[in-house]
Amino acid sequence: MNAITLMVVRRLGQLIPVALVATFVVFSLVFLMPGDPAIIMAGEYATPERIAEIRKIHGFDQPMLVQYLTWLWKAVHFDLGTSLYSSEEVAQLIVDRLPHTILLVVYALVLGSIVGIPLGIAAATRQGSTLDKLITTVASLGVAIPNFWLGIILVTMFALSWHVFPATGAVSFGENPFEAIYYATLPAIALSVGVVAVLARQVRSALLEVLGSQYIRTLRAKGLGSGAILWKHGLRNVAVTMLTIAGLQVNRLFSSAVILEAVFAVPGVGNLISYSALNKDIPVVQGIALMLVVVVILTNLLVDVLNAILDPRVAAST
Amino acid sequence: MTDTHMTIPAATTAPARSLPAPNRFRFWAWLRSDKRAAISLAYLTLLVLAALLAPYIAPYPPNEQNLLDLLMPPSQAHWLGTDDLGRDTLSRLLYGAHNALYAAFLAVGIGVAIGVPVGVFIGFVGGWVDELMSRVIDGILAFPPLVLAVAVTGALGIGLTNAMIAVGFAFAPVLARTMRAQTLVVKNALYVEAAQGFGASRMHLILRHILPNAIQPVIVEVTLMLAVALLAEAGLSFLSLGVQPPESSWGGMLARAYHYVEVAPAQMYAPGLAILFTALAFNALGESIRVLLDPTVKRG
Repeated sequence: MNAITLMVVRRLGQLIPVALVATFVVFSLVFLMPGDPAIIMAGEYATPERIAEIRKIHGFDQPMLVQYLTWLWKAVHFDLGTSLYSSEEVAQLIVDRLPHTILLVVYALVLGSIVGIPLGIAAATRQGSTLDKLITTVASLGVAIPNFWLGIILVTMFALSWHVFPATGAVSFGENPFEAIYYATLPAIALSVGVVAVLARQVRSALLEVLGSQYIRTLRAKGLGSGAILWKHGLRNVAVTMLTIAGLQVNRLFSSAVILEAVFAVPGVGNLISYSALNKDIPVVQGIALMLVVVVILTNLLVDVLNAILDPRVAAST
Repeated sequence: MTDTHMTIPAATTAPARSLPAPNRFRFWAWLRSDKRAAISLAYLTLLVLAALLAPYIAPYPPNEQNLLDLLMPPSQAHWLGTDDLGRDTLSRLLYGAHNALYAAFLAVGIGVAIGVPVGVFIGFVGGWVDELMSRVIDGILAFPPLVLAVAVTGALGIGLTNAMIAVGFAFAPVLARTMRAQTLVVKNALYVEAAQGFGASRMHLILRHILPNAIQPVIVEVTLMLAVALLAEAGLSFLSLGVQPPESSWGGMLARAYHYVEVAPAQMYAPGLAILFTALAFNALGESIRVLLDPTVKRG
């Protein structure tokens, strides 16, 4: 086996306990509910027979560990139960809505990288200048601004006043990719601001560190131009940092998407989980939380693999 | 390292016990040297006062409806205008400050109450306990924080306190991880070994030697977390999972303002700016404390 395959295998081994804990947290949400979960899940006007049936279906009469393993076994086979309100399959609900959320998150990640990374480079190469200060200030604003407020402002400006973008709604990417991207633009911009801020900041400090290091000084002493140093040596060395940070942003983006999907009426999983939380539709809440945590764990794995390909030292060290 | 920085000036002039005096001096010197921190602290002090004194200084009761003055723009009678039920926006903003600060401190307090003891404990004991708990921490950290908070709130039942318990639950592993890493560094320090040699109990070691020396990065993290908690409260209340109407919250105000944004666009600015400024202030304070506690960190 080569180093990268070995690393993937080892990382998968490390991810199993993480996945077990995460799934257990999702599973135990049922037990956080005040009162008997069977009664809650049976709905408001359930007969005692129906409650008993629910108790049996979900195995609430069994030991917790057995319940967890049964639940996990079903979840692995995409059996996430049915919604308490619409009686639809939770797995189907997620499959229908996930593409909208993924589109938003990927779009925001791309926008955030396109804007954030150059800002970080510009700030680092002109350290202490007015531009550097401006970028640093914008970055601290970007971390503190509530995305959903920014979303509302974007709607009033670009949709209600200037009619450049639609205010709310979404189009499925599969049906019409261009329309889908058009509709997703405003929410993706609002979503990307945090990524821009974090990337600009982190790229700046990582690049400053590399540019200040011994070997860059040696290269400079040998007469290499600053352009060549930046592109050939500086950025190559911060690529791993950039990728890692971008990967970590996925977690943050899913968080913000929950609120922004409500602002823009995007029928994604974020909108569905907050709606279901309001209605105590716990199987749907569990299904979405489970699916998102799996996506995040897999993204981290992907980032690790890409890092190992970019920098062989990473593969050797893990 | 940071510890020596704090104690050397005191040790040369007086016994270490008389630390409070130089500390107080330092406080004003710090504010003088860092204008951003000074402004942030002044703003937050005013905000806390405004929140506490809201019943006395608010021009109207927060829930008083005036159906003749719906969605009014700012005027002399209503400095920030009125909402869709004719309630005074300034008054609701002041009462909202109370909920925002309560929420932020509650969530972070819960995070600290769980995360710090767990982190110190597993860092100190090590072994399989540490291995096991570290996997638990990783498992919780894998969740997008707000998704976890929404899910836990949904299960516990909607409302501000439950929502903030959920956010605190998402914070706890972050603090535990920092605290664990710090404890690992500190517990091998010479003075801890010395204390151990003198027969200090485990409890004494943890409380008197490890905790005070390991807590500094947590103080920075906690200050920054207040901003995150504030934004989470606003977001959850925007989704109606947090503060419940008719109680006032900045996020809830934004949700209502958004409904009527075409009729009264001015209504969305005040709550949004309140959230932004408060989050900025917590962040600036956190960054400043980081520099203060660790002089090797460069500002920027």
